[in-house]
Amino acid sequence: MDIFVQQIINGLTLGAVYAIVALGYTMVYGIIQLINFAHGEVVMIGAMVSFTIINALAAAGLPPLAVVLIGAGCAIPVCMLVGYAMERMAYRPLRLAPRLAPLITAIGVSIILQHLAMLVWSRNVLAFPQIIPLTTYTFLGATITGVQITILGLCLAMMAGLALLVYRTRLGTAMRATAQNPQVARLMGVDVNRVIAATFIIGAGLGAVAGVMVGTYYGVAQYTMGSVLGLKAFAAAVLGGIGNIPGAMVGGLLLGVVEALGAGYIGDLTDLCRYGLGPAASCADGGHFVLFGSNYQDVFAFVVLILVLVFRPSGLLGERVGDRA
Amino acid sequence: MLLELKGLQVNYGGIRAVKGIDLVVREGELVCLIGANGAGKSTTLRAICGLLPAAAGSIRYAGQDTAGAPVHELPRRGLVMAPEGRGIFAQLTVEENLAMGAYTRSDAGVARDLERQYEIFPRLKERRTQTAGTLSGGEQQMLAIGRALMARPKLLLLDEPSMGLAPRLVAKIFEIVREIARQGVTILLVEQNARRALEVANRGYVMESGSITLAGEAQGLLENPKVREAYLGETA
Ligand SMILES: Nc1ncnc2c1ncn2[C@@H]1O[C@H](COP(=O)(O)OP(=O)(O)OP(=O)(O)O)[C@@H](O)[C@H]1O
Ligand SMILES: [Mg+2]
Repeated sequence: MDIFVQQIINGLTLGAVYAIVALGYTMVYGIIQLINFAHGEVVMIGAMVSFTIINALAAAGLPPLAVVLIGAGCAIPVCMLVGYAMERMAYRPLRLAPRLAPLITAIGVSIILQHLAMLVWSRNVLAFPQIIPLTTYTFLGATITGVQITILGLCLAMMAGLALLVYRTRLGTAMRATAQNPQVARLMGVDVNRVIAATFIIGAGLGAVAGVMVGTYYGVAQYTMGSVLGLKAFAAAVLGGIGNIPGAMVGGLLLGVVEALGAGYIGDLTDLCRYGLGPAASCADGGHFVLFGSNYQDVFAFVVLILVLVFRPSGLLGERVGDRA
Repeated sequence: MLLELKGLQVNYGGIRAVKGIDLVVREGELVCLIGANGAGKSTTLRAICGLLPAAAGSIRYAGQDTAGAPVHELPRRGLVMAPEGRGIFAQLTVEENLAMGAYTRSDAGVARDLERQYEIFPRLKERRTQTAGTLSGGEQQMLAIGRALMARPKLLLLDEPSMGLAPRLVAKIFEIVREIARQGVTILLVEQNARRALEVANRGYVMESGSITLAGEAQGLLENPKVREAYLGETA
């Protein structure tokens, strides 16, 4: 029972981060139908920049929260600049090109950013300094850490803030109008280029915070960390319905929970001794012969992605094609 | 002269859709542009809005050449189009669609203008929180017109506002167009429904495969035997 609650808590924490990253994919897709495969690298750059700053300040004796906030405060503008630059230099010139061209370009941008990061930070793993005291709370027989609570709270606040921006402001209305019909949006006086740039910048800013959070959570950051994280967040966006903002939030949280439960139970469920199939030597005295351990955690996101693509390509909250006026 | 086209040519790739037309709209006028399917009417309007470049000739709006002006700049100068096929934002609510019409404005009159649209189109008020995609065709057309009016246009370009509507609604739309003109908005109206358009307009142009073939006072065109035969469905 506690392992169930525990994995739900762990899953929601990571899932909230996936949701924040997934929003970056889905907002860009919604507005220009581009899967920005380089978005995972933006998250990675956010983690690397913040780790550099946090490590530099670790010995300064500032309160840990202030150190992390300064790290995030530096990562956000850097990532926003990267997001703006990739839209401006890589994608905007291809706005009218066949859809495959910007897609391949996105993969190229991803490779370039990853290798630039390798040149700047080397192949080494950056470690998060031991500055945050471990605080834990017990909740329904499971443990939740202060970091987890902070991540969850921050992610929910960012989702609420983004929802307010998209559904309650002039810029948000212009973003949705542009997503539905850019030509008519221009006729209404919307500078579509600026709205698209703003979408990239907002998504990159969210990605930066996600990078700081995921780095803090795992305690490590490396130039390759964006690939799998980006793909998982993309899977979350597809699960929710790519292009759909509430969908990305739901998809992220759900994917995190599926992944955590999968990782929590796969060992037990694939223990051949349970079924009397394991080699006698291993199973003697309550021993185990586990086929798939929790190191298979990363597989679940992609199993979910494949299942969604096969059975419900429009995603959980996805819109039918043809809703465009 | 609010709008002046001189020798305007517009191409789609190698196809010349508008073949050098002259057209003027004076302040306060309601001018209609009629013609058969594929004559080049919508193409002309798209060029005026900057959605398509002029291959030759010039477009002057309020005394300025519009060449090179970005599309989103023109509504700020009072040039507003309600495009063919309505072009409403289906997943935005009715009220958000109207708000998009006032996107270029930040003056205090926006709220009052919103109420005005609701007075003109009470159906829109009833459905203000509904997504626009759920409106009927006629309601969508009213929304498209209301949205264009929210920009406080000086020159309103209407591309076939009566398209696909039942006769009773067609009459209502033309009544509204006439009313908008009476309130001082200059209008260039593109229509298939030549009789109705000429009945509300001051002047008219007839377009045939990319060229203007007839122009003049609306009354005169209504009585012109060629127009009667080709566009009003009467045998000479
Ligand atoms: N995007 C396009 N690419 C190529 N040709 C086009 C395009 N749009 C229109 N045309 C052609 O240009 C010509 C003029 O089209 P336009 O839409 O201006 O006609 P219209 O007078 O508005 O007709 P309708 O009354 O049917 O709306 C037509 O022959 C049409 O086939
Ligand atoms: Mg047309």
